[in-house]
Amino acid sequence: MLRFFISRLGLIIPTFIGITIVAFAFVRVLPGDPVLLLAGERGMDPDRYQKLLVQFGYDRPIWEQYFHYVMGLLQGDFGNSISTKRPVLQEFFTLFPATLELGLCAIIFAVVIGIPAGILAAVKRGSWFDQATMGIALTGYSMPIFWWGLLLIILFSGTLGWTPVSGRISLMYFFPSVTGFMTIDSLLSGEPGAFRSAVAHLILPTIVLGTIPLAVIARQTRSAMLEVLAEDYVRTARAKGLSPGRVIGLHALRNAMIPVITTIGLQIGVLMAGAILTETIFSWPGIGKWMVDSISRRDYPVVQGGLVLIAGIIMLVNLVVDLMYGLINPRIRHR
Amino acid sequence: MTDRLEADAETARELSPWRTRAAVFGEFWHYFSQNRGAVIGLVVFTLLVLTAIFAPLLAPYSPNEQFRDSLLKPPFWVDGGSSAFLLGTDALGRDILSRLIYGARFSLFIGVAVVMIAVTGGILIGLAAGYFRGWVDVFAMRIMDIILAFPSLLLALVLVAILGPGLVNAMIAIAVVFQPHFARLTRAAVLAEARREYVTSAKVVGASNLRLMFVTILPNCLAPLIVQATLSFSTAILDAAALGFLGMGAQPPTPEWGTMLAEAREFILRAWWVVTFPGLAILITVLAINLIGDGLRDALDPKLKRS
Repeated sequence: MLRFFISRLGLIIPTFIGITIVAFAFVRVLPGDPVLLLAGERGMDPDRYQKLLVQFGYDRPIWEQYFHYVMGLLQGDFGNSISTKRPVLQEFFTLFPATLELGLCAIIFAVVIGIPAGILAAVKRGSWFDQATMGIALTGYSMPIFWWGLLLIILFSGTLGWTPVSGRISLMYFFPSVTGFMTIDSLLSGEPGAFRSAVAHLILPTIVLGTIPLAVIARQTRSAMLEVLAEDYVRTARAKGLSPGRVIGLHALRNAMIPVITTIGLQIGVLMAGAILTETIFSWPGIGKWMVDSISRRDYPVVQGGLVLIAGIIMLVNLVVDLMYGLINPRIRHR
Repeated sequence: MTDRLEADAETARELSPWRTRAAVFGEFWHYFSQNRGAVIGLVVFTLLVLTAIFAPLLAPYSPNEQFRDSLLKPPFWVDGGSSAFLLGTDALGRDILSRLIYGARFSLFIGVAVVMIAVTGGILIGLAAGYFRGWVDVFAMRIMDIILAFPSLLLALVLVAILGPGLVNAMIAIAVVFQPHFARLTRAAVLAEARREYVTSAKVVGASNLRLMFVTILPNCLAPLIVQATLSFSTAILDAAALGFLGMGAQPPTPEWGTMLAEAREFILRAWWVVTFPGLAILITVLAINLIGDGLRDALDPKLKRS
């Protein structure tokens, strides 16, 4: 197990170095001078320009600058945002819980509906339920989620008036952030109606962000189940006279879940890309919207730091999924 | 047994390359046409291609013609709509149907161009990595890993920010982001094929590296690449529309579907049709291509077949 762990770690360290190089190079290849960018539209006199050039180290050789940048990263220094002047890392951690809360809700939504739907479709293979589920799943998989979000807003917020259009909670509630999770914080605050408001704000973004993972999980569950149901041990279990529920629930499901769990782990990248669109549509104050806004505002330190942090988190989650997979399935470890 | 072999050899001799190809295609079509969804997808897709080609003949108006006296007109079946604008008009008085018809050109072109760039790049990298192994392999695959470490849409967004917003740059960015998938698939297929005997025999006969790579090995690696290409084709259309929606893809007044959605956003609660139809067009296109992709996978790769 230790060897497996070390070999996986050995794979991600060069990738992480690569990520920092990409993020570092990003600011270098951009058109425009990073120092002038700080000055904004007012411009800057040559003396001050020279001073800032030295202060930020832009006069030194490029490899030295990169080394300096990485040393900063390792000490948690991701630079400061140009527009808010606050440290990038601090901004990231204030906004991250919003994305995490939305992402968790989306994946729970996808799993709770996707796995049962996939199992039923496989068990009732060829039935109208199977065909309808797979049709819906492929439609969901093909969905431009930014449009899906707008449609849901038109229907549920515009026409029916059931859900709010944007944000995380109604503006009439104000309470301190304890966990950063609006649903939990609103409960802790004890303000009447706050929790309801937080949940109402979560519903549409959750559906929008969860749609593609839901489709992928349902399809994957179905095909994994079909594969397992064709195995000899399932036939044996049936021949022994076990009830269909026991065969499916106990013998087939457990083995079918292994590829499904991997699929769920792989959805984190999909969720992050989806968060960019979902958060933009619903004005959800999370990492995705932060990145889009910073890109259009040309706030390069934020884009640079955000890239490293997001890619780093995805990499860590994938590593954890990998390691857990190795724990569950010894065959992977010894490959 | 020997009779059988001789007969087989005879039929093989009889079959000209053209006939063999026809036979291969016949078998492929047999499997493909068994999948009803795939056939529907193919029909829809063909219609879309025809729409794109004959856009000037089909569209009632020019996509950018503004009818100042009919702003935000609803579709013809809604009160206040007229048969002059079947799907209504947008905030500038442009006919939505005409814009959608012209938009088909952009989406299909984006899909084709992105896949071509990504496939070409991916095949070259994957072939080199799988064939030469060693440091070429390690170096190329590490770079692919780095690209894959970022969420694709985020990386594409940042690349477009560097290159400058626009349709061409959006296509380049998406192609760069998709390329690793093709490189990895090609590499894996090449690794498996390179050990086969026909490759060794070609090598013994004295085939050059280039001939071995492109003529001997590559054709046998195509099946998974074709399936991946269809999947990427639909994802490319989605991602390009998403970039357009975020203001980083095609710029107004281009009638690209994602860009149309971005322009329509502020009217969502007043004029549902300006939002509904462009998205529906994207969904139908992507769905048709994905249906074809499922059918192709079943027909080309019996191992991957959904049992």
